[in-house]
Amino acid sequence: MPAALRCESLEKRYGATVALGGVDLEVAPGELLGLLGPNGAGKSTLTKIACGLVRASGGQAQVEGAPTGSAEARSAIGYLAELFRLPDWLTADELLALHQELAGSEGGAAERGELLELVGLAEATNTKVAAMSKGMQQRLGIAQALVGSPRLLMLDEPTSALDPVGRRVVRDLLRDLRGRGIAVVLSSHLLSEVELVCDRVAILVSGRIVARGTPLELARPRGVEIETAGGVRTFPEAAREEVPRIVADLVAAGERVYSVRLLASTLEDAYLEAVGAA
Amino acid sequence: MSSALIVARYALREAVRRRVILVVLFLTVCFLALYGLGCVVTFNEVESLAADDQIDDRVLAGSTLLGLSMFTILFLGAVLAVFLTLGAVRGDAERGLLQPLVVRPLGRTSLLLGRFAGAAAVCALYVVLVYAAAVLITGLAGEWWPDQGARAGLGLVLAVVVIAAMSLLGSIFLSSTANGIAVFMLFGAGLAAGLLGQIGDALAVETLQDVAKVSSWVLPFEALYQAGLHGLTADTSGITGVIVQLGPFGGAQKASGLLWVWTVAYLALIAAAARLAFARRDL
Repeated sequence: MPAALRCESLEKRYGATVALGGVDLEVAPGELLGLLGPNGAGKSTLTKIACGLVRASGGQAQVEGAPTGSAEARSAIGYLAELFRLPDWLTADELLALHQELAGSEGGAAERGELLELVGLAEATNTKVAAMSKGMQQRLGIAQALVGSPRLLMLDEPTSALDPVGRRVVRDLLRDLRGRGIAVVLSSHLLSEVELVCDRVAILVSGRIVARGTPLELARPRGVEIETAGGVRTFPEAAREEVPRIVADLVAAGERVYSVRLLASTLEDAYLEAVGAA
Repeated sequence: MSSALIVARYALREAVRRRVILVVLFLTVCFLALYGLGCVVTFNEVESLAADDQIDDRVLAGSTLLGLSMFTILFLGAVLAVFLTLGAVRGDAERGLLQPLVVRPLGRTSLLLGRFAGAAAVCALYVVLVYAAAVLITGLAGEWWPDQGARAGLGLVLAVVVIAAMSLLGSIFLSSTANGIAVFMLFGAGLAAGLLGQIGDALAVETLQDVAKVSSWVLPFEALYQAGLHGLTADTSGITGVIVQLGPFGGAQKASGLLWVWTVAYLALIAAAARLAFARRDL
């Protein structure tokens, strides 16, 4: 089975500016990849090349084995842009019906109803986009991207306008999509969101991937924290294997030990480290 | 092709639901009301004047009034055509409206074709209806009917369709505001060139005639408009015929069959240029 998305030495230059400087990336079917990076790192460019909206200057990118931009590749993709706008003269149902026609979906009213239910907009079927809040529009945008059952979903900052409840809905939705075998590339600045849902993370800085791996792999041990009668004591250099010895030493020294906690860096720490080092 | 039809339907729905159509309709109703009043008053005045045996006042008044209305219809049609297409590509892309559509398998060519078909259909229908209303008002008020009314209407419709195509092509390169300004400047330039051509004909100034000739090939909407005007009194002869050929506004010019062929070729060239440019454009 071909990769949902494969990029090899992918480059994009705008005149003298290098937006992507040779990106190698592979997203497996059903995988949820978080694409992180500061503003201008190339996340949106990478997403747009995958969607066939921007032409690469070098290298190649394929969606399910088909070159990006081809009709085959586009028929496998669902996309929500970072700066999106929906036609405000349409209702939610009309918008989804339009995309059904464009995607050649035969799901009809049942698919539209299911998608609106999925993003928590079941009550807004006949509401015009103009009357929707930004958060509702963002959820409708996700529903629009899911029309026609895409096998690869490219989401560029899909939760930026959502409140905590809305983010929860999208998080649950992403987990549900992974369960259905749909690959998702989630570009986001919300590291906690990415850490919660993504299988793998790639950190992009100045058009290059500077770190990649599972959130757990990217997180690094940061020592041991032990709560004793004398207060909390931190051993920043200690590894997990050293915990029994440290505890034994403390007890032998007459300390009363109440709890032990292994410290690890968060994805945010890993991100800041990668961005700072690049 | 079916994808283009879907986009055309979408463009039609957009046109109907957007406020610009209400503004144009309001202006049109105002125009037709004033035009009706103007016709009634003018034909009453003409009847009360002592008639010159050699000039048919009714033909002169009717063709002048309808010619003036054709200029207004051309202008309103151009406004509609430009507002429906000025932001179709770059403008919509900058607002984030275009990308979700382009990502779908329909393809960029179908998208362009659909946008053009939708805008052209709305503009053509608008021009036909308003022109027909103006003809009817003139006929009822003064019992004068154009010699080749259908031909005149066709010239007007094609002129507006050409403007819509130009604006759609411009929308690939320019932002909405810049494109609107550019198309209206071209519109004005085309009309001015036509007027210069009339002056050149009257005074036999070759340079002005050449300017008008070149501009009518580069911007054929002016030649189509003039061909439409000519259709109003194409079969009128005698002194009346000579006088109305000089007017009524900007001058009427009989078009050869080549103009209609060139218009089709011109639209095809614009389509090819737009297709090429849009295919290469990053969104």
